[in-house]
Amino acid sequence: MLEVKDLHVTVEGSEILKGLNLTIGAGEVHAIMGPNGAGKSTLSAVIAGKDGYEVTQGSITFEGQDVLEMEIEERARKGLLLGFQYPVEIPGVKNIYLLKAALNAKREAEGLGEIPAPEFMKLIKEKIAFMKMDASFLQRAVNEGFSGGEKKRNEILQMLVLQPKLAMLDEIDSGLDIDAMKVVAKGVNSLRAEDRGILLVTHYQRLLDYIVPDRVHVLVDGRIVKSGDADLARELEDRGYDWLLEGSAA
Amino acid sequence: MNEDVQRFLDRLAEAAAARGPEPTWIAARRQAGAARFEALGFPHRRIEEWKYTDVRDIASGDFVLADDADFSPATAAALTLPLEAHRLTFVDGVYAPALSDLGDLPAGVQVLPLSQALEDNHEAVGGPLGRLTGVEFSPFAALNTAFMEEGAVVRLAPRTVVEKPIVLQFLSRSGEREVMSHPRILVEAGGRSEATLIEHHVGEGEAANFTNLVEEVILDRGAILTHYKLQEAPLRDRHVASIHVEQARDSRYTSFNLNLGGGLVRTDLISDLNGEGAEAAFHGLFYGQGRQHVDNHTLVNHNAPHTRSSENYKGILDDRAHGVFNGRVVVKRDSQKIESEQSNANLLLSDRAEVDTKPELEIYADDVKCAHGATTGQLDEEAVYALRTRGIDEQTARGLLTLAFAGAAMELVDLDAVAERVELAVAGKLPERFNLAGLVETAAALNEE
Repeated sequence: MLEVKDLHVTVEGSEILKGLNLTIGAGEVHAIMGPNGAGKSTLSAVIAGKDGYEVTQGSITFEGQDVLEMEIEERARKGLLLGFQYPVEIPGVKNIYLLKAALNAKREAEGLGEIPAPEFMKLIKEKIAFMKMDASFLQRAVNEGFSGGEKKRNEILQMLVLQPKLAMLDEIDSGLDIDAMKVVAKGVNSLRAEDRGILLVTHYQRLLDYIVPDRVHVLVDGRIVKSGDADLARELEDRGYDWLLEGSAA
Repeated sequence: MNEDVQRFLDRLAEAAAARGPEPTWIAARRQAGAARFEALGFPHRRIEEWKYTDVRDIASGDFVLADDADFSPATAAALTLPLEAHRLTFVDGVYAPALSDLGDLPAGVQVLPLSQALEDNHEAVGGPLGRLTGVEFSPFAALNTAFMEEGAVVRLAPRTVVEKPIVLQFLSRSGEREVMSHPRILVEAGGRSEATLIEHHVGEGEAANFTNLVEEVILDRGAILTHYKLQEAPLRDRHVASIHVEQARDSRYTSFNLNLGGGLVRTDLISDLNGEGAEAAFHGLFYGQGRQHVDNHTLVNHNAPHTRSSENYKGILDDRAHGVFNGRVVVKRDSQKIESEQSNANLLLSDRAEVDTKPELEIYADDVKCAHGATTGQLDEEAVYALRTRGIDEQTARGLLTLAFAGAAMELVDLDAVAERVELAVAGKLPERFNLAGLVETAAALNEE
């Protein structure tokens, strides 16, 4: 469903991604691992459409369509959703506004009407209970004053409500204690489905004990230098990244 | 004399001819008001106080006085804030008993139309009326004094706590002629009394009238008053208001000055902190679109030591709207240990919108803590991006953030009916493309569960 070919991306004049290739099929969970500065977050930001990233070469297609030609919101409506490493605090915008506006935007794109209020309430209540969040979260401003764990749970809550076709989760495990990690992992695992792809971007293998990926890719210096199954993540845990860094330099 | 002034004086003569005999003090003040107005004429922009506000749209108007208070009950019901309240309603300045509700006023509380209060005991009105806002305050105050006829008198006996809010509702009507009204409000809150006053200006969409309000509020020792001024008048209405508050020791006055409507709006809000421990908190929100002009002039006089004031105004200006915030704080000599904070944040949604913000601190004491800050800017692009990554289109994202900006001025509002009305009004003002009002209703429904 997602195909990234020979992707070169420049940020403020310096090349971060240097010919990255990645294919994610429906029903698959992929993990991209790599040392700091390898370009992990750049990849998800470019797919989501953040400003300031210049694609100098290569392509990204999603279900056969050119992602780079789409507006940011169009990507989300087509089912490409990014969970942020550092979710933005949006003072004054209630969570419930965000959720309802986002869900209705998606429904509109799919030719469905606005969700009826009772149906929306039922859906939301079910999802927040699943994420072990209190109903008061809905009336609170998006991420404002949330702890690190609450912010990440909130990102997953949005995924559960919006049901993307491809969920990209950027360092969703950073800053989480073990209990919060379990809740987040439970949320992500519940998203696993035959018609959905999941892309996890992470620095640590720890997350992958809870969300076992089908494929693991190691990103070093803007390129994927090694791919394998879940065992590769464990190997990285034992050996670190150095042996691959040498490999890439060679 | 210029013909604009003459036109208003002619109307005044007509009103005098139609009026029956009245107490000499009122006649004398009318005369003083008329003389003062005639001498000053309408303010022009060369006067510092009126530098940013052009009142020619008022001066050139040919306004008549309304002589009835007919108003569709169904329309009135839709405009009225949905809350349990003691309510006085005026239609184009004329008292409307049919749209008022003064049943079950608790003991110690008087809420009266001014005409009634004068009839009951004119001397009791004559003492305080005009003491804080005299004819010399402004040409508009002089004009109001010359024309004063109707309005509201609210009196709270010492230690009276009024549970339900007191609502003064002013409805503006659309009709063949443009109408003017000069309401006069007098509030006297006795020692340690406590009440919430909601002044609500609203009307029929096509109305294009002129309201010239003078309001005097006297808070005795320890009195607590929360004053909402929700001005959502029709967009062609002109609205000028002078509010002057006098605060005795330990009294507390909280103002929510919410200006969402009106084509040309000028509000002067003044508080005199005359006794130790007195405290004034001014919260403001103004939202201008099209060619709306909203001018807020505030003044806090720290006349006694150990007094506190805080002020937080937020402005949103779109299209070619023009906003003004002029916040003056004066600390008198020997008013030591005072604290004053002031902030004004503005959001400009278009390149052609304009805001003038001007803090003025005059401090003649040395042991004081005063702070002020003003910011004017655009929406947080990081937040716009974050919302768009959820599929929300850019305009809706900007709408949500604008709503959020306005919401910050309403954080301390504890009357849901007012908070929701403002949120809906702001959501409704946002460019139509998206039904934010639907969102607000959803959240409100959830809140009620």
